[in-house]
Amino acid sequence: MEPIIIEGTPKTPTVKFDASDGVFEIKGRSIPENSVEFYKPLVDWLDGYKEDPLPKTIVNIRLEYFNTSSSKCILDVFKKLETIHKSKYEVEVNWYYEEDDEDMLEAGEDYESIIRVPFKMIEIEE
Amino acid sequence: MSFNVENYFSDLSDRDVILFYKGNVDSDVINQILDSVEEKMVAISEQPKLRKRVYNVLVESLQNLYHHVDRVPEDFEDQTSEKFGLLLVKKVSGGYKITTGNFINTANIEKLEEKIKRINRSSHEEIKELYKFILNHQRISAKGGGGLGLVDIVRKTGNKLVYEFKQYSDKYSFFYLNILVTEEV
Repeated sequence: MEPIIIEGTPKTPTVKFDASDGVFEIKGRSIPENSVEFYKPLVDWLDGYKEDPLPKTIVNIRLEYFNTSSSKCILDVFKKLETIHKSKYEVEVNWYYEEDDEDMLEAGEDYESIIRVPFKMIEIEE
Repeated sequence: MSFNVENYFSDLSDRDVILFYKGNVDSDVINQILDSVEEKMVAISEQPKLRKRVYNVLVESLQNLYHHVDRVPEDFEDQTSEKFGLLLVKKVSGGYKITTGNFINTANIEKLEEKIKRINRSSHEEIKELYKFILNHQRISAKGGGGLGLVDIVRKTGNKLVYEFKQYSDKYSFFYLNILVTEEV
């Protein structure tokens, strides 16, 4: 599978999904007006990946801001990961949040409570 | 028509005004407003936590305008703005006040007001649960909204939504929404 590599912009995150090492990353700001347009290719890519995933997939989410419309798309990404996890493959989500950013920590906890995939909450110093 | 959308504000020249905008709310305008407010908050060394919260609420407020405003009335002074909106960001004691304004068809008032009242009746815990429920169960609408904007604003600010519908004509009203963002929820 061709990896997805997208450079970040002021409104969209940096993305690196690489099926050769099983490490996926979404980083930066995700506040586009049309989030579906941005995330649909990622969700479609995961549909392909889940057919033949690596034994272990690590997902690093390191967002500074995301809007509510992205929040639904991010949930769609997690739902694909949940399918992989259900098929007995190891999946781990590392949810990064800046020190004191309770809102971002809570957002991660929301996903953790909805999605049946192990989450690790990781605080980063500003 | 004597109605002037700015008359709602008595203090636009106040030095505490961080930003006032009136006009079309498109993607570029949203970028510029976000950059400008963020720069100003950084320049006055605003607390990171409050700065982030203001930024988040601003994103949702502006994108609510972007996704949901109704067309301006036929006799309104600005006919060129497809998505006419108004925004005031003001520094107040302990935080920031964000006010948005937009035209709404009279027929759409009831639905919006019911939604706001439901949110305002909810406790902080109920808001968190409502957010999670909508996140998990509602699809993104044809307009591109997720139905989460107002819920997210109240969740992040911990404050009630203060609003007003000012009648413009039989068919139109102007909707003002006031949001107070403080450091502590």
